[in-house]
Amino acid sequence: MAQSNVTHSAQSPALPEGLPGFVSDWSSDQRAFKGVPWGKAMMWIFLLSDTFIFTCFLLSYMTVRISTVVPWPNPSEVFALTIGGQSIPLILIAIMTFILISSSGTMAMAVKYGYERNRKMSAILMLVTAVFGASFVGMQAFEWTKLIMEGVRPWENPFGAAQFGSSFFMITGFHGFHVSVGVIFLIITARKVWRGDYDTEKRGYFTSRKGNYESVEIMGLYWHFVDLVWVFIFAVFYLW
Amino acid sequence: MAHAEAHAVTEGQPHKVEGQQHPIGIYLKIWGLLFILSAFSYAVDYFHVQGYARWGLILLFMILKAGLIVAVFMHMMWERLAIIYAILVPPVLVLIFVAMMVFEGDYTEATRGVFFATGEQASPAQPSPAH
Repeated sequence: MAQSNVTHSAQSPALPEGLPGFVSDWSSDQRAFKGVPWGKAMMWIFLLSDTFIFTCFLLSYMTVRISTVVPWPNPSEVFALTIGGQSIPLILIAIMTFILISSSGTMAMAVKYGYERNRKMSAILMLVTAVFGASFVGMQAFEWTKLIMEGVRPWENPFGAAQFGSSFFMITGFHGFHVSVGVIFLIITARKVWRGDYDTEKRGYFTSRKGNYESVEIMGLYWHFVDLVWVFIFAVFYLW
Repeated sequence: MAHAEAHAVTEGQPHKVEGQQHPIGIYLKIWGLLFILSAFSYAVDYFHVQGYARWGLILLFMILKAGLIVAVFMHMMWERLAIIYAILVPPVLVLIFVAMMVFEGDYTEATRGVFFATGEQASPAQPSPAH
């Protein structure tokens, strides 16, 4: 951390740190978020709103689970897989967790290599991230298929409280959708990095803004958020 | 970006980028830590830890993992307080909402217990008369 090089701290007048810095940033002219590129601030604000969406899902799950008088299905058993004649609890979910964490690791390094103008490494790492993400979605599809075959529906299931199905499909479905969108944008961003769009400042086809490697970091923010949401889903839905 | 470029001073780089650059080691270390913490939280389930120990450990590992991802992978620990507070304080306030819904859920369960109590106890004897 000490040897970390934060380029935005190299601005000419030194900005105050700590709480005085917070007050002066917020009361300053033109920009509150000093050193944060426009697109990055917008992505953070989008992620904040997305946090509220997932919060609402997890909260409604919590509420129906507290209020039901029928016993909740035991996730440890519902999501167990039989491998080699032995039933291992929650194993698929554990594998999915490790895959998503690994994809976050490769994404973080892709961002780093992007800023270093190492296009090849950055694009390859982003594609690896996309492959991890796609395999995550694939496993989720497998899990959904398995549960649907066992008779789990949004309105009923053979294991216990009926609310289990609706919570499960809603929460994991919305998360899986986020992962899928992320995979698509990872491929698009990786292609742009590979082609060198961010070196030539080629304008984007949607925004007509000059491209630069901040886009990789913004892509990374979204991807880490998907991992972050999974941390909460894994803890409160699968382990609780 | 137009107004931001006036601020950015980058050493010898053709493009003016305000991005953060950190040594690769820190990402690898955090990656390893996240793996270990995930393994721990899986172990909680695997070894059937129950009761308050289970919930406490699950929440602890969850918070630690979330913190590491936000702080390092999402570069929050290197940002200025202005954006840290803007992004991180609102989700913390959601905890009030959580507390409200815990009370609400408990209340709903209690009322269901009262109103369904007769039906619940009667159900083994007579095949559910009501909805």
